[in-house]
Amino acid sequence: MPLDCGVSCLRRSEMIGIGIRELESPPLDSDQVHVLAVDDSLVDRIVIERLLRITSCKVTAVDSGWRALEFLGLDDDKSSVEFDRLKVDLIITDYCMPGMTGYELLKKIKESTSFREVPVVIMSSENVLTRIDRCLEEGAEDFLLKPVKLADVKRLRTYLTRDVKVSDGNKPKVPEDLSRFSSLAMVTPPPPPPPSITSVKSSSSPPPSESSISPVDSPIRRMEMRSPGLD
Amino acid sequence: LHAMNTVVAQLQRRFQDYLVSLYQQGFLDNQFTELRKLQDEGTPDFVAEVVSLFFDDCSKLINSMSRSLERPENVDFKQVDSGVHQLKGSSSSVGARRVKNVCISFKECCDVQNREGCLRCLQQVDYEYKMLKTKLQDLFNLEQQIVQAGGAIPQVNIN
Repeated sequence: MPLDCGVSCLRRSEMIGIGIRELESPPLDSDQVHVLAVDDSLVDRIVIERLLRITSCKVTAVDSGWRALEFLGLDDDKSSVEFDRLKVDLIITDYCMPGMTGYELLKKIKESTSFREVPVVIMSSENVLTRIDRCLEEGAEDFLLKPVKLADVKRLRTYLTRDVKVSDGNKPKVPEDLSRFSSLAMVTPPPPPPPSITSVKSSSSPPPSESSISPVDSPIRRMEMRSPGLD
Repeated sequence: LHAMNTVVAQLQRRFQDYLVSLYQQGFLDNQFTELRKLQDEGTPDFVAEVVSLFFDDCSKLINSMSRSLERPENVDFKQVDSGVHQLKGSSSSVGARRVKNVCISFKECCDVQNREGCLRCLQQVDYEYKMLKTKLQDLFNLEQQIVQAGGAIPQVNIN
């Protein structure tokens, strides 16, 4: 059977079919971490989706900031609390995207009452300190240099797990059917806005969910460690 | 049965040597190794599928950049720059080292609006992606042969 890079025609059209629309996982299990991945590059979406799935995350992958907002229900400026809001534990987005950049998406998420608590990670192929600073100042949890590796995603996973544990501990007991709406704004009053970050070079001031990044783990330091030899 | 084992071992050896040579000749970099880590028995075609999408991307982007560069008096360098950026990104994500390196030069030509330079880079990037496509096709064929002979794909450590 002739091979086209090892992919039969049927598999390839399936793959293309998957690529055109959003990549979605089977129905959510409330205990599983659900990640929303945003990247305009199809190749990068496939890779990040696989990286996340391998680390036991459920993934929804979209191709633009607008689609991300649409998915989150933030696209029409409704501030009403919707009962069937999605559980999203992490948003990971590319920085450079046509239309809405990852930075602009980050801002919109941090401005929303329902999703401002969700950690947002920015990915970029360019190691630009001013860009990194801007994102961290706007409340990004972390900044990954592309190409993203399994070790990067595993690291994200560890502090995410910590977050979930802490928030579970603090959450008031809720009935079984509401427990999947883990977004804190749903079951607790909205927390006060995070203190403004005065210094981003050292370890950032802890976000309300208290997963502080130690100096060793700070994104800036990771960048310094990783940048030699890249690009 | 002994004969079958020898066939598998030979195929595995060929696969290993071939893959190592692709790294040594600079076709692939560490990111390709990272992609291979994401492949398992449940998803044996993952790498092949991703690179297939990448090659489709290459073809599409090269065609559109070629059109933008066509008329000397009216080059859309913004479009070309966008195309190079995308190509650089996806080649980086799959570990297509030579393609990525051409993109770096390509971007420089674009930045100074050097049409001739851009055309040369375009030709080179076209050559490189097609070369890599052929090489990887051979690699995946070897993989297929190993699997069909009942063997496992070797884990290959690249130092």
